[in-house]
Amino acid sequence: MNQPNRIDGGLIDRETVLKFQWNERWLTGHPGDTLASALLANGLRLVGRSFKYHRPRGIFTAGSEEPNALVELRKGSAREPNTRATTVELFDGLYATSQNHRGPLEWDVMAVNDLLAPFLSAGFYYKTFMWPKAFWEKLYEPMIRASAGLGRLSGREDPDSYDHGFLHADLLVIGAGPAGLTSALAAARGGARVILADEDFRWGGRLNSESYLLGDRPGADWAMEAASELAAMPNVRLLPRTTVYGAYDHGIYGALERKTDHLPDTGGTPRQVLWRIYSKRALLAAGATERSIAFGNNDRPGIMLAGAVRSYVNRYGVTPGRKVALFTNNEDGLRTASDLSAKGIDVTVLDTREGVHVVHTSGRKALKSITLSDGRTIQADCLAVSGGWSPNVHLTCHHRSRPVWQEEISAFIPGSDLPTGMTVTGAAAGTMTLGAIVRDAHAAGTEIASDFGHRGATGSAPTADDEPFDTKPFWYVQESRARAWVDLQNDVTAKDIRQSHQEGFRSVEHLKRYTTLGMATDQGKTANILGLAIMAEISGRTIPETGTTMFRPPYTPVPIGAFAGRARGKDFRPYRLTPSHDWAAENGADFVEAGLWLRAQWYRLPGEKGWRDSVDREVRTTRSAVGVCDVSTLGKIDIQGRDAADFLNRVYSNAFLKLPVGRVRYGLMLRDDGFAYDDGTSARLSETQFVMTTTTANAVTVFRELEFARQCLWPDLDVHLISTTDAWAQFSVAGPRARILISRIVDGLDVSNEAFPFMACTACTVLGGTPARLFRISFSGELAYEIAVPARYGNSMIQALMAAGKDLGVAPYGTEALGVMRVEKGHVAGNEINGQTTAEMMGLSGMVSQKKDAIGTAMSGREEMARIDGLQLVGFRPVDRSVALTAGAHFLSRGAPEDMAHDEGWMTSVAWSPELGHSIGLGFLKQGRLRHGETIRAFSPVRGQDILVEVCSPHHIDPEGVRQRG
Amino acid sequence: MRYSALRLLKEGLTGNTGWAPAWRDPDPRPAYDIVIVGGGGHGLSTAYYLAKEFGEQNVAVLEKGWLGSGNIGRNTTIIRSNYLLEGNQPFYELSLKLWEGLEQDFNYNAMVSQRGILNLYHSDAQRDAYVRRGNAMHLSGADAILVDRPQLREMCPFLDFDNARFPIHGALWQPRGGTVRHDAVAWGYARGADSRGVDIVQNCEVTGFRIENGICSGVETTRGAIRARKVAVCVAGSSGRVMEQAGLRLPIESHVLQAFVSEGLKPVIPGVITFGAGHFYVSQSDKGGLVFGGDIDGYNTYAQRGNLPVVEDVCEGGMAIMPMIGRARLLRMWGGVMDMSMDGSPFIDRTPIEGLYFNGGWCYGGFKATPASGYCYAQLLATDQPHETARHYRLDRFRRGAPIDEKGAGAQPNLH
Amino acid sequence: MIIDHPLLGPRDAAEFVYKGDASLIDRPDGLAASADEMHDYVYLRDNPAGEHRELWYHEQGDRSWLVVTRNTLTHEIIRVELARGVARERGRSR
Repeated sequence: MNQPNRIDGGLIDRETVLKFQWNERWLTGHPGDTLASALLANGLRLVGRSFKYHRPRGIFTAGSEEPNALVELRKGSAREPNTRATTVELFDGLYATSQNHRGPLEWDVMAVNDLLAPFLSAGFYYKTFMWPKAFWEKLYEPMIRASAGLGRLSGREDPDSYDHGFLHADLLVIGAGPAGLTSALAAARGGARVILADEDFRWGGRLNSESYLLGDRPGADWAMEAASELAAMPNVRLLPRTTVYGAYDHGIYGALERKTDHLPDTGGTPRQVLWRIYSKRALLAAGATERSIAFGNNDRPGIMLAGAVRSYVNRYGVTPGRKVALFTNNEDGLRTASDLSAKGIDVTVLDTREGVHVVHTSGRKALKSITLSDGRTIQADCLAVSGGWSPNVHLTCHHRSRPVWQEEISAFIPGSDLPTGMTVTGAAAGTMTLGAIVRDAHAAGTEIASDFGHRGATGSAPTADDEPFDTKPFWYVQESRARAWVDLQNDVTAKDIRQSHQEGFRSVEHLKRYTTLGMATDQGKTANILGLAIMAEISGRTIPETGTTMFRPPYTPVPIGAFAGRARGKDFRPYRLTPSHDWAAENGADFVEAGLWLRAQWYRLPGEKGWRDSVDREVRTTRSAVGVCDVSTLGKIDIQGRDAADFLNRVYSNAFLKLPVGRVRYGLMLRDDGFAYDDGTSARLSETQFVMTTTTANAVTVFRELEFARQCLWPDLDVHLISTTDAWAQFSVAGPRARILISRIVDGLDVSNEAFPFMACTACTVLGGTPARLFRISFSGELAYEIAVPARYGNSMIQALMAAGKDLGVAPYGTEALGVMRVEKGHVAGNEINGQTTAEMMGLSGMVSQKKDAIGTAMSGREEMARIDGLQLVGFRPVDRSVALTAGAHFLSRGAPEDMAHDEGWMTSVAWSPELGHSIGLGFLKQGRLRHGETIRAFSPVRGQDILVEVCSPHHIDPEGVRQRG
Repeated sequence: MRYSALRLLKEGLTGNTGWAPAWRDPDPRPAYDIVIVGGGGHGLSTAYYLAKEFGEQNVAVLEKGWLGSGNIGRNTTIIRSNYLLEGNQPFYELSLKLWEGLEQDFNYNAMVSQRGILNLYHSDAQRDAYVRRGNAMHLSGADAILVDRPQLREMCPFLDFDNARFPIHGALWQPRGGTVRHDAVAWGYARGADSRGVDIVQNCEVTGFRIENGICSGVETTRGAIRARKVAVCVAGSSGRVMEQAGLRLPIESHVLQAFVSEGLKPVIPGVITFGAGHFYVSQSDKGGLVFGGDIDGYNTYAQRGNLPVVEDVCEGGMAIMPMIGRARLLRMWGGVMDMSMDGSPFIDRTPIEGLYFNGGWCYGGFKATPASGYCYAQLLATDQPHETARHYRLDRFRRGAPIDEKGAGAQPNLH
Repeated sequence: MIIDHPLLGPRDAAEFVYKGDASLIDRPDGLAASADEMHDYVYLRDNPAGEHRELWYHEQGDRSWLVVTRNTLTHEIIRVELARGVARERGRSR
C-alpha cells in the first residue's frame, strides 16, 4: 500500500483506497486518480514500448494526447487495446497490462530493433525486401506483419452494448476549462439552451492542473462552483466524460460519452453513448496542447511535458520525480518550477531563452541524468519539457479550413472559414493568458445568448491575472548527436525528417506519409508542429511557407462498436415478417432472408429427411391438388385518379390504357436507359383505381420512381399513389383444386371459369364479410388465384384456407417450391431481370410498345441492345438426366477454347422438376432461340463442373398455358 | 539511385546522408510531346509506361498539388481482379498481373501483398451470382475459389457464424487479391518516370486548354502556357471541373467516398474481407491498422469529407460480420472525391477534340486499376490504338447501348 | 446534413434518398426526341463544383420529391423547393 511518489494536495479522495492490477502486480491509488497518476504514485516509470524501435517509454502527458502510455485494459473479451493510461479513471479492481513487447516489458526482445535503427531509417522498407521476389510473400512480409500493431484485440465478440442518442441545443460548448465554463455560464444565464461537453471526468480543464486564482478562489474550486450552477439550470445539459470528436455539416456534431468506463463493470447498461448533437451555434473551447522539444534521447521514461508534470503535482498529488529539471522555451513552463517548489521539490531550470540546451540524456529504462550544451551533466529522474502550446484547432479543420500561423505565440490558430456556426474561444483561439481567456469567453457567451434574442443578465466574467506568456520559438537542439524524437509513438526522429527532405519528400503530406509522422494513435498531437517546424528549419523556409497541419475526425479515436450502436447481431437490420409468419413457424417452416423479409422457404413434415423432400412434395401437391403460398412480400401500390390508366401506360412498356375494369395485366417496366427493371401485375378495380404489384426486391425503389414520375415528369396528371405492401396479406392459391378451395372462402362470388376467367380480378368479401381482393393470376402455371385480405387477418386467413382445403389435400408451399414452379414455367424472376438484361433478351420484346412514350422505350432500341446475335433466354436440360445443373455456369460450344472470347452466356436459374424427374435450367445464350436442340457445355470451374446440356424452350411445362386458363 | 538491401546497409553505416532525391523538382518547359494533367496514381503510371514501354520521354505530368495527392493517397489499398463482365475482367486481370511484377519493374517496394480477398455470400442467389463471377474470372485466366461455410470458418474463425442477421454461407475467394502500400505506388511510378526523363511538375494547376478548330494544342497553367501534341487528362474526382474547361460534359458525377483506419492492432485479419449483405470491406495494414470502407455518401460533392450516416452504416456492417472489432477504435476517417460514372465503369478514350484524351470514371475502384490504366492509356497516347483489354472503355458506349454495368443498377452513378 | 423541407421544416438528410441533378426533370418526349437528346438527358451531367440543383426524395417522410440547391464545395444549402412546383415552372404538366 506504499505510494512512494504520492505528495500532499491534489483533487483526490485519500480516504478511499482503490486496488488495481498492473502487469499482474497489485497496486493502490485513490478516487480521482487516472491509471497514469496511480502508476506514477507507485513509482513506476517504464510503462510501454514504442512502435518501431521498442524503446522503453514512460508517461509523457496527462491527457488524451498521450503517445507513450498505451495499455491493454480489462481482461478476456472486454480487453481494450491501445488505451491511454492518462485518460483511464482509476476504479477498484482495474486490470491493465502493458503492450507491444515480446517477453516482459522490462526485457522486450524486440528492442533489438533499436540497435538496427541505422538501417531502419525513414522509408527503409520501400528500398529493400524486393529480391528474390518470392521472399516477400513468404518471408519478409510475414516478418513485418508479425511485429506490426500495438495492442491485441481479444478476437471475441465485444461483450458491451452501445447506444446512439440525439440532442438539440442553441449552443454546444466544447470543452469545460475556464473558457468553456465561462462562456457556457454567460450563454445559459442569458437564456440559451446550452450543452456543455468535456472529455475529462472533472470540470475545469487546466484549472485543475494549475495554481491559478479566479476571483479570490483557486481555479479548481471556481470550476466546481461554475459546474454546480450550470447543473442546476434547466436549460443546460452537462456531458462529462464526453469527447466531441467531429464537426459535420449544418451544425451536426458527433460526441462520444463514456458512461461506464470508469466503473468496474457496466451493470448491464450501455458502455458508451454516441451522441449526434444538432446545435445552431458551437463554441470551441478545447484549449491547447503542449509541445516538446527535440533533443538527443528525449524519449526516456521520466521525460514529460511540463504541463503534465504540473497536472500530476497539482491535481493528483503525485510527483513524477524527486530530482526534477525543467527545459523550457517559454514563460509558462517556468510555472512548473514555482509549483513544484511550493511542494518542496527543487527544480533545475534550463531556459532556451538563456542559451542553455539539453543535448543528451541517459538512463535506458528511466531517466538518470541529462547533459547540457555547456558540458554539465545533471542527475535527474524527471525532466519537464515545454516547447510552447498549440491551440487545439482540430474541430475547426473538419470542414477543411486551414489554420494560420501566428508568430506571437509560435502556433497555428483557427483559420477564417470555420464550420458554419462555430466560434472559437480561449486558448483554442490562441488567447494564452487566463485573464483574457475568461473575458473573451464571457463576451462570446453573452453575445451568443443575445443572438438568440435572449436578454437575460449574464453576470460578469471572473477576474484573473494576465500572467506573462512569453515564448521564443525553439524546436531542435542542433548540437545533439543522438537521435532526437519528434513523434514518440511512431519513432520518427529529427534525422528522419532531414532524410525525408533530402530525398525530396518536402511537402507536409509527403513528410507525414514517408516518415509516418503524426500517423499514430495520438494523431501527432504533440508531434506534428514540431515536425513541421524542423522541416521548415531544414529547408530554410518559414513554417507557413512549409505548410500547415490538417486534422480529420475523430479528435480522439472512437470505438467501432460505438459507431455501430445497437445495429449488431440479429439487430443489424430489422426483420419484416409476413402476415402468416406465426402460423408458418408453428407448422414446420424453415425461413430464409429475402431483403429484410423472412419468408418460409419450405415446410418440413415429420419424416422428411432433407429440404428436397419437402420442396418436391410441395410442388407435387400444388401441381396435383392445391397449394397455398404467402406472397405478401410483393410490393403493392394502390394507384388512383382519373389519369391512373394513363399513368400506368407511361410507366409500363406495354399498353395499359385500355385494360378493362375487372381485369389484370402483366406489366413490364424498363428503366429510363431501356433495360428491364421490374415486372408484376396491375389490376383494374375501377375506372380510376388500379392495384399494382412489384417484385419483392424492388418494391421500395419502384414506388420511389413512380412518385418521381408523378411529381416531376407529369405533375398535372390526376393520379395518386400509396404503398399498401404492409396493408394487405396476400396468398397464392394454386393447383387443379384451387377453384374449389377459393369457392369455399369467398362470400357468394361465382368463381367459375366463365364468370371469373384467367386474369380476372374483383373486390369481394371472404369468410362472412371480411373485405378481400381476388385476382386470378398464376406464377406457378397452375389454375391459380391470389387472395388478399387486410394484413391483420393474414394469420387467420392461412388457417382458414388450410381448414377449408383439408379434404382437398391442401398444403402450404414456400419460396423454394415457388421457384421450382416458375423455372418449370420459364417465368423470369430476379435472376433474369437483374438490371443487365433487356426485354429482347428475355423474349419479351413484344411487350415494348413502340406506339407510346413510356419510360425506357426510346433507349431500348439502341444498336447494341437490339442485336439479333445477342443473348437470349432459353431452357436447358442435362444430356445425362441424372446430373444436377447449377446456376452460374457459363456456356461454351463443344470444342471451343475455355476463354472469355468464347463465353456464350450463363445459367441464371436451375431447379429439379418433380414432374419431369430431372434437373432443368434457364439461362441466357447467344442466339439461343435459334439453337434449341443443340448440345453445349455448362462450364463451372469454381464448382468443378462441366456438364453437357441440351438447349430447349424455357417453358419446360405446359408451354401453351392450358392449366392456368382451365 | 538503385535501391537494395546493400545500399541500405551502406547508408546505414554512413549516417543515411547519401540518399539522393527520389525525383527532380523541375520547372515546366514551354512544350512537350505529351502533357498529362493530373499527378495521381494513374497519371504517374501513364507517364512511367509512356517512357518505359513506348519510348515517349518528352512528357510532363502536371499536378496542382503534391504528387500523389489524389485518390492514390487516400484509399483502402485493395487490389483484385474479380469482375464479372467481359468489358472489365480482362483489364483488371492485366492490372493484377502488372501489380505482381511491379516492384522489380520499378525498383521500389510498394508492398504488394497477395493475402487474398474473400467476398462473403449470404444467400443461395448471391452464391449463384458469385459462381457466375468466379467462372468469368477463370475464363479470363484469373483465380477464383468458392469457399463453403466450414472452410470459411477455418480461415476466419472470428466471423459471426452463429448470430448474424444475414447468415454467412460462404465466400468467393481470390487468393491473388490483396493490398498494396498506396503512397508507395505513386512514389515508385514517379521515381521511375522521373529517372526516364519525364518532368513531374508539382503545384501547377491547369486552368484551361488551348483549343482551336477542334484541335487541342496545349494547356494554360498557373505556371504559364505549355504546348503539347497531345494532352491527356487523368484527374479522377476533378474530371467534371477540368473537362468543363474544354467544353465537354461527361457521363460522370463527383461523389465522396469515406474511408477509415483503426488504431494499430496485432494482426487479426488475414486478407481482405467484404460483406455481402451490407457495405463493408476491410483489410489490415502492415502497420496493424484495420483499413476499411463502405458505400459512398451518395450526393454530388467535391468537398473531400463525408457525413455521419455513412460512418455508422459502415461500422454497423463491420460489427455485423466481425463483432470482435467493437473495442477497436476508429483512428481517422477521410473522404475522397470519386468520379462516379453512369455505369460504374471507366473511360480510357480519345475525346471529340483532336489531341485531347480522357481517362476517368473510375468510381471507387481506381486504385487497383492503376498499373493497367497507365499502361493502356500510355498505349492509346503513343499509338492511338486502344489496348485490347481497354477497348470497351469508350465514351460513346452509352450512345451505342453498351454500358458495362457490373451491378445492373442503371444510369445513376450513386448506385454503382 | 439537414434539409429544410418546405412543408415539414428541418429534417436530417438521412430521411431522404438522393437521385441526382434536377435536370432529370427535363425528360424529353421519347417519341419526338432525337437519340442524342435522349442520350444527353439520361447520361450527361454538368457536375458543377459550386451550386447544384438536385433531387432528393423524402422517403422516410412525406414522400415529396424536393429540388435542393446546394453548394457541392461547402455543402451549404441555399434553397429547398417542392420538385412538383419546379417541374411546373419548367413547363411540365401532363
